[in-house]
Amino acid sequence: MAMKEKVLEIEGLTKAFGDHVVLNGLNLSICKGEVVVIIGPSGCGKSTLLRCINGLEPINGGVIRLDGEVISNQKKSMHLVRQKIGMVFQSYDLFPNMTIIDNILLAPVKVQKREKREALQEAKELLSRVGLSEKRKAYPRELSGGQKQRAAIVRALIMHPEIMLFDEVTAALDPQMVREVLNVILELARQGITMAIVTHEMAFAKSVADRVIFLDGGNIKEQNTPNEFFEHPKTERAQEFLNTFSYEEVHKEVETSQS
Amino acid sequence: MDFGFIKEYIPMYAEAAKLTFSIGLIGIIGASIVGFICSIIKYVKVPVLRRIISVYIELSRNTPLLVQLFFLYFGLPKIGLMMSSRGCAITGLIFLGGSYMAEAFRSGLEAVESTQIECAESLGLKRYQVMRYVVFPQSLAMSMPAFCANIIFLIKETSVFSAVALADLMYVAKDLIGLYYKTDEALLMLVVSYLILLLPISILCSVIERRLQYAGYRN
Amino acid sequence: MLAIGIDILFRGNNLVRLLEGLWVTIKISMLAIIVSIILGILFGMVMTMKHPMIKGVCRVYLEFIRIMPQLVLLFLVYFGATKAFQIHISGKVAAVLVFSLWGTAEMGDLVRGALVSIPYHQYESGMALGLTRLKIFRYIIIPQTLRRLIPLAINLATRMIKTTSLIVLIGVVEVLKVGQQIIEANRFTVPDAALWIYAVVFFLYFIVCYPISLLARKLERIWQE
Repeated sequence: MAMKEKVLEIEGLTKAFGDHVVLNGLNLSICKGEVVVIIGPSGCGKSTLLRCINGLEPINGGVIRLDGEVISNQKKSMHLVRQKIGMVFQSYDLFPNMTIIDNILLAPVKVQKREKREALQEAKELLSRVGLSEKRKAYPRELSGGQKQRAAIVRALIMHPEIMLFDEVTAALDPQMVREVLNVILELARQGITMAIVTHEMAFAKSVADRVIFLDGGNIKEQNTPNEFFEHPKTERAQEFLNTFSYEEVHKEVETSQS
Repeated sequence: MDFGFIKEYIPMYAEAAKLTFSIGLIGIIGASIVGFICSIIKYVKVPVLRRIISVYIELSRNTPLLVQLFFLYFGLPKIGLMMSSRGCAITGLIFLGGSYMAEAFRSGLEAVESTQIECAESLGLKRYQVMRYVVFPQSLAMSMPAFCANIIFLIKETSVFSAVALADLMYVAKDLIGLYYKTDEALLMLVVSYLILLLPISILCSVIERRLQYAGYRN
Repeated sequence: MLAIGIDILFRGNNLVRLLEGLWVTIKISMLAIIVSIILGILFGMVMTMKHPMIKGVCRVYLEFIRIMPQLVLLFLVYFGATKAFQIHISGKVAAVLVFSLWGTAEMGDLVRGALVSIPYHQYESGMALGLTRLKIFRYIIIPQTLRRLIPLAINLATRMIKTTSLIVLIGVVEVLKVGQQIIEANRFTVPDAALWIYAVVFFLYFIVCYPISLLARKLERIWQE
């Protein structure tokens, strides 16, 4: 994996909100076609990391490069950089004032100045691939959460980004809808799309990831292949964290006192 | 009830209603423009200007239109600023309505969720494109109920214009009462005139409000 | 000349007279506000009833009062009642009557809105805890209702104070009327009195209404969930 060309490079990233340091000198690079899953306890800075990559948060130190170009704290040209980074949010955030197709076409037509007919063609293809062909002219309010999130993925995908960022995209969904959204992301992984995914779905993380990154206290505590990480976590913090996902058997007090 | 009298004076009321309506319309359009500009200045936090606008909004919202009109009509000529009754009425209505419209639009702008803006930015939209395609359409829709309420409020406020010698509905009614003692007839026509002016707008407003609830702009 | 203008305030007892005029305005608004709060709470509770007849009557009353300019209502009572009942109502009585009718309608709608905005599961969880109906109202419903209601009611009060300025048009001697009298009395000695007097009246209203608006806004911010 190391020989492959690097899409994203982060060196010494530091981010603080006031006195509270969220990310503390974090280093990370992601290669072309690689799927990196970022996990960690809440408040560990997972979402902040993605938001820094996309320039939604200015950073306090370090540097972020996309395709070798510095993109961090570039206020003026940030909108150009963002065309190369697709981001999907937890709250879907489709624009309620537009139909699904208009949501998807807004950026390619208005930002990338692509020809409308060609963009429409692609939008239709992508929609049918995520099973939303008939919802083209619907408004977001007419869609279920899972459908909205799939449409939001298409909206980011049509920009042909160098990398896709997923920020807890299933956290607001009902269990049965989680599956349909995760299937779409798995499909994207098969197509070799570069992705950074923040998630709480451990089973999904295990199957989709090329590399798992465990974030804690503002830095990477451990990183490994999914099998190694989930089976043999090396650090104590990672073990503790993974333990929170399993439940011990209940021992009723009544019985123990009787025995 | 003297229906002959009513019939005779309907044209006079119609004329006055037209005057009320036309001044109301100009005032509302003017107030909307002033309000829109003020709301944007406050929303994007233009330094200094936003403070001045805050002062204007507080002055305008915390004083009665009648007093504002007296100052415009009787006070300002003393320093050489003469305005016709009509001019005063329109200026007063815009001064009053501008602040109400500003608050309506501003609350609409603030109701657009920040994640919507972040999401638009993450698609690579420039700042003006974010405003044009995402913020304005949503905020205008969300400020509609307050906007409609302001329209009704401002048309009602026009009823004080008789105080600056404008021959509006109140003026006509008072005239007929004073001249002919036809109190019942004059008041009946007054009420009916305002119902004709305001009822359609009021109904339209509730329709808009209901449609907006359906649109689900807030998750 | 400008120096002479502002001077008019301090001649004789002009300022005191203006403040007395303002006091008339405030007294009338206060009276109407108190009546409106009491009757408005009752009216609001009546409006939450399901009976179609009661609902209809309340609705018509509310919509009529709302759609008519307050000045029209003043005319209806001041001129209309005099004619209909052959009694002369003074401007002040007409004003208190009209603003109470109007305030009751508006206040009632605020009370109704606050009451129906309490989600039903608040009642249910109260019952689930085994609270009596009285205790549910005392500890759950009324405190929540008040938090929503009080800022809005205070705003209504400033609206009523501002609207009270209209009573000059039915001949009540209040702050604007006193202003006019002062201007008239000094028309030859202080020709630009109107500018100063009306500016002062403008700021008098502002000084009364602004702190009340501020209070409403502050409470709203403190109490919003």
